[in-house]
Amino acid sequence: MTEASGPLLSVEDISVRFGALMALSRVSVEVHRREILAIIGPNGAGKTTLLNVVSGFYHPYEGRIRFEGRDRTSLKPPDVAELGIARTFQNVALFRGMSVLDNIMTGRLLKMGGHFLLDAVWYGPARRQELAHRAAVERIIDFLEIQAIRKTPAGRLPYGLQKRVELARALAAEPKLLLLDEPMAGMNVEEKEDMCRFILDVNSEFGTTIALIEHDMGVVMDISDRVVVLDYGRKIADGPPEQVRKDQAVLDAYLGVAHD
Amino acid sequence: MIYREAGQFKTTYAGDQAIFPILQDRVFVGLVALAAFVAVPLLANEYWLQAILIPFLIYALAAIGLNLLTGYAGLLSLGTGGFMAVGAYSAFKLATAFPWLNVILVFVLAGVCAAGVGLLFGIPSLRIKGFYLAVATLAAQFFLIWLFNKVGWFVNYAPSGTATAPPRTMLGVMVTGPQATAPVRYLVALGLVVLFALVAKNLVRGRIGRSWMAIRDRDIAAEIIGVRPLRTKLLAFAISSFYCGVAGAELLFLYLGSVETLAFDINLSFLILFMVIIGGLGSILGSFLGAAFIVLVPIFLTNVPNWIGLDMRTDTQKHLELMIFGGLIIFFLIVEPHGLARLWQITKEKLRLWPFPH
Repeated sequence: MTEASGPLLSVEDISVRFGALMALSRVSVEVHRREILAIIGPNGAGKTTLLNVVSGFYHPYEGRIRFEGRDRTSLKPPDVAELGIARTFQNVALFRGMSVLDNIMTGRLLKMGGHFLLDAVWYGPARRQELAHRAAVERIIDFLEIQAIRKTPAGRLPYGLQKRVELARALAAEPKLLLLDEPMAGMNVEEKEDMCRFILDVNSEFGTTIALIEHDMGVVMDISDRVVVLDYGRKIADGPPEQVRKDQAVLDAYLGVAHD
Repeated sequence: MIYREAGQFKTTYAGDQAIFPILQDRVFVGLVALAAFVAVPLLANEYWLQAILIPFLIYALAAIGLNLLTGYAGLLSLGTGGFMAVGAYSAFKLATAFPWLNVILVFVLAGVCAAGVGLLFGIPSLRIKGFYLAVATLAAQFFLIWLFNKVGWFVNYAPSGTATAPPRTMLGVMVTGPQATAPVRYLVALGLVVLFALVAKNLVRGRIGRSWMAIRDRDIAAEIIGVRPLRTKLLAFAISSFYCGVAGAELLFLYLGSVETLAFDINLSFLILFMVIIGGLGSILGSFLGAAFIVLVPIFLTNVPNWIGLDMRTDTQKHLELMIFGGLIIFFLIVEPHGLARLWQITKEKLRLWPFPH
């Protein structure tokens, strides 16, 4: 099949509008298999809107989205999850009342099944399934080095750890495509370094394709294979970090243009 | 605790996921179960069983049901009384239409009927949340009570408008009806509440409970993980109403003997909601603690004047009881909004460090 070699995700000419505001206008982005793609741009450029369109919260009024070659423009979030797309949120969206372990176990929900009456007696397949998934979750806990907090309620954790648990929850679904919305916002240098290491490890060890939004240019230039720049809902640059860094349109967007 | 988990290392995930991971807890729960199943029926008198323990067990079951919906799935409901009425009246119809049907099976089928009705009234929950959902379930409450009042078929056209539990035996022992003794009815109620509490615990500690809590804590994040809101919320409504329905059937068959719709009015819904809030939202243990609190405190308050030798008119006493009771509820909500179960948890955490708090 030709799809296997094509891009994992391709967003084709999508536009999103909120009333009179064009949040995205005819944006096309391709995410290739096993790459780390960074989406950058000034505030209000439409980065999070793009992620929300991909995860099914908004539906574009024009354009198409293909995942693994198949059209899936108008799916709802749970359907998107079933395709193998997981994401984290800009302002952490953990289940605050649940323990870290339960949060991550919830990430595996789609991998679990069976009749609820079997769950009710905690017997046979239901019990075996619970234990098997617990083992898988423990591997993720080891991977992200959060063993010490597995029984802590997520709401009690400091911000940096919450971000890490949210990554763990997204990873638990074993996604093909991982969308990270500002995974390093509000972190100090050490936490950022940890997070960078985890993102690179996820990419190289699990082969997960990653698309991330980030404001820290140092981080973006270091870890991404490719950078897409948005400004006022339009794509203004797309290419390897070195090339984007020198791009005149990008410099103008970030630094402003002299009007003379 | 006098004891703690020190030295009890878990080497398997199965051990770590047990309901009572600590050995001493298991021993304690075993002793409580032994006392409840053996000692109490032998020792307790008629008054204790009929006025305190049987209603406690039935309310605890209803409170677990509401807790699954409100505490775990985060859906506020004021229709508990209505759903219990569905359970009671369908149990009555089933038992009178099919006299050979085992009474436990009648309870379960009554629960299934209530689950169906709950499912129906749960549909709006996809669109509305919080107080608005509470109002929608309030409509269910009033509609159902009106229906049972209006349609004579539900009470087999009894001129008094009451449904009376027919006498039924199980294993040769009279379980319901006027001849059933209090210890027998107590044991049936106890057996059912223990069984269904275990089922509830299994549900909430697994896949289904996690999807309920995910919807409760962050519905948007839950959706992107793959939780389907409609299916998840309707399952919560159905299972919760099942519990309430069984409790309603028990209320008629094991406790009151005969009921009018007044027994299931809005006050009952509020009573069960109070139990859940005072006991602790999102806690099975809390449902028991809350039910015990609501059943015991009025009895305690009634008896206090006698104990301290205060001569008081009955109506004054009744009013005073209501005032103190209301005050206690408000006090609890301010001091510990997460209920008695949270208070118990804090005590355990404190005692782990005691007597060296630092």
